[in-house]
Amino acid sequence: MDRNQKMWMLATGGLTGLFAVLLVRFGNPANMGFCIACFLRDMTGSMKLHQAAVVQYMRPEIAGLILGAFIMSVASKEYQSKGGSSPVTRFVLGILVMIGALMFLGCPLRMVLRLAGGDLNAIAGLLGFVVGIGIGIFFLQKGFSLRRTYVQNPMEGSMMTILISGFFIASLAVPLWFARSTSGPGASAAPWLLALVVGGILGALAYKTRLCTVGGIRDAVMFRDFHLLSGFLAIFVFALVANLVNGTFKIGWTGQPIAHTDFLWNAMGMVLVGFASALLGGCPLRQIILAGGGNSDSAITIFGLLVGAAISHNWGLASSAAGPTPAGKIAVIAGLVITMLIALMNRSKGA
Amino acid sequence: MKTVDARGLSCPEPVLMTRKAVSQGLPMEVYVDHEVALENILRFCYKENLKAEFQKKEEYYLIHIEK
Repeated sequence: MDRNQKMWMLATGGLTGLFAVLLVRFGNPANMGFCIACFLRDMTGSMKLHQAAVVQYMRPEIAGLILGAFIMSVASKEYQSKGGSSPVTRFVLGILVMIGALMFLGCPLRMVLRLAGGDLNAIAGLLGFVVGIGIGIFFLQKGFSLRRTYVQNPMEGSMMTILISGFFIASLAVPLWFARSTSGPGASAAPWLLALVVGGILGALAYKTRLCTVGGIRDAVMFRDFHLLSGFLAIFVFALVANLVNGTFKIGWTGQPIAHTDFLWNAMGMVLVGFASALLGGCPLRQIILAGGGNSDSAITIFGLLVGAAISHNWGLASSAAGPTPAGKIAVIAGLVITMLIALMNRSKGA
Repeated sequence: MKTVDARGLSCPEPVLMTRKAVSQGLPMEVYVDHEVALENILRFCYKENLKAEFQKKEEYYLIHIEK
């Protein structure tokens, strides 16, 4: 069984890397075959909750991911509608994860894909990410807990899947209701059916294997358990090889697509992502997969990520290729302070 | 026998609680209510060379751990 699990994990990570390069080849933004933070941000824009015209598109990948996870959880008889573990705290942490990710310009998954495309700025992100998870682990070992979840009505756990699928179908049926970028990253997209199907396959596999970038580093450090990390590494290796074959590997610090070169703030953004995600128990990808499996706490976290995207663009916190903004730097520092307070205030003696 | 109730808790908490309880003596039992926690605890036991057996109950799993 152990060997079987390993094979599934490597296959899932490998396919994620290959699919990411495939989606770029068919139109997604460079080094952004998948980026959960960016795609949720694009979704927020498409619903006109922020006005950044270059990042507005109802990304089919997100609908695919949550539907794939939902179907796999039902098929494997693991679907459980659960929630009630500090939902408002999770909502706030979701906002902060997004603010950190938009400082760096990518979620942990895109960080790996940027590295695999030769974007050396992602090294700063990776360093920050590991440091952030390290701080989170410190608090987990000190007894940090968002407390227990409870069984809920089965409908509750499927609301996020229905909502995201509904928005996606509406975007196809009534495009007028939604904003759609005509230039910039939001205008770069693979055909919707391809993006939806690829997202669905990844969602199902990520549900089955529990693939998680935060969990990968966390388990390696805390338990010397490299199972999840092997999936993380497989994403990198397969995306790297696919980029080399595809001619999309360009090593360097400058001129990288949808990235800036500020080492410190690339790192600081990902410290916030790592720290807040470690407290949440999973990266943005994992939150979507868990929400598909019926976890309403992860659904609340997704709402936090969406609101975080709106705040980031409405208040000018998000970085651009030109670099971070002063307001963004203040927001990341404030985010770290708030995450630290949440970590300090949620220690349980029983753990 | 020491028992740990990790039902409703998300990872890594069930594994952390199990590790702490293991260090205080065996045999022991852990209650978990989702497959992720079950798999993670079984993997932890495998790595630590502990013998773990589990039973699926109505709404939870009971894991028995010994040397």
